[in-house]
Amino acid sequence: MKDRITLQVARYRPEKESETTFEEYEVPYTKDWVVLDGLNYVKDRVDGTLAYRWSCRMGICGSCGMMVNGEPKLTCATFLSDYAPATVRVEPLTNFPVIRDLIVDIGDFMRKLVTIKPWIMRQFEKPISEGEYRQTPQEMDEYKQFSMCINCMLCYAACPIYGLDPKFIGPAAIALAQRYNLDSRDQASSERNEILSSHEGIWGCTFVGECTKVCPKHVDPAGAIQRYKLSAALDSLKSFLMPWGTS
Amino acid sequence: METPIYTEYHPRWLRRRVSTYWWMQRRSYFAFIVRELSSLSVAWFVVYLLMLVNAVTHGEASYRTFLEWSAHPRVLLLNVASLFLVVFHAVTWFSLAPQAIVVHFGGRRVPGSMIAASNYGAWIVASAVVIWILVRA
Repeated sequence: MKDRITLQVARYRPEKESETTFEEYEVPYTKDWVVLDGLNYVKDRVDGTLAYRWSCRMGICGSCGMMVNGEPKLTCATFLSDYAPATVRVEPLTNFPVIRDLIVDIGDFMRKLVTIKPWIMRQFEKPISEGEYRQTPQEMDEYKQFSMCINCMLCYAACPIYGLDPKFIGPAAIALAQRYNLDSRDQASSERNEILSSHEGIWGCTFVGECTKVCPKHVDPAGAIQRYKLSAALDSLKSFLMPWGTS
Repeated sequence: METPIYTEYHPRWLRRRVSTYWWMQRRSYFAFIVRELSSLSVAWFVVYLLMLVNAVTHGEASYRTFLEWSAHPRVLLLNVASLFLVVFHAVTWFSLAPQAIVVHFGGRRVPGSMIAASNYGAWIVASAVVIWILVRA
């Protein structure tokens, strides 16, 4: 026989509500049930009107991010048994506008992501006949961690700076910029510099560090931002001391 | 305040405001705010040092007055509280340093624990030098 647990789920139905309300659903669970399983149970058996996003249920797609007891979590990787027998409170990610129930709009991030040009750009393309751009394992290690980002938005929900100043580019976008800046095949870090070095870029970050703590893929966006701050500061110091250029 | 370009006009989207007391909602947020505020203690110690130098340059009487003022319970309390906050400031920054500083040695990345340890090492050496100067006098 399955144990039972209560889910306290945030509902926002814009056609009849102007604020979030909470509904409680008692769901069965086994040891291997995650919060997402509980929500799927509600959707299938109890209340088909509940709206939420999910896809892969294995921590790859990054679409099932929600606040679980006030913490940003991937609901596919958050086990109900870790919270039992207490009530589990499920809310939409903070710092984003809510479209319906547990669904938030992440259009703001998508627009910012494009501005940092998250793709490899080269000053000089060599002909295809010369083969691929090769990379040593050490060169790959430089950026690999930052390439693990799945755009789940947990870091944005954990970042109080983004909440207070929505213009801030934010943790994931800056970490992804560093993913390409640190790639030995990329030659366009100067093109990303203008937006990253602006007030809305790295200097907006005050190093609360929560983005790194909540990241399910161990990307360390806070580390990416601080590393960029350090290199940007050293670059400006160099250009101040040696205005004629270093190369 | 200028309205940020956040989303297009969607009247039915629920836009939630960040609470003024957001920094009390999580322990880590509170620790962050204390760390930021503790920079005021760092500033206070700089001011205190400048006051001490000023008192010394004005002769023995001025220096004694400064010492008496420093022994006042309120000043003592302020300095003790500032010391705790400065230590908190230093420890939290040292623990964050490995995230910001990436050093390569012999083709390998130096582990973060070594970066933090080097910060603590420098702190111990600097403190030892100060203690040596004080004891020698």
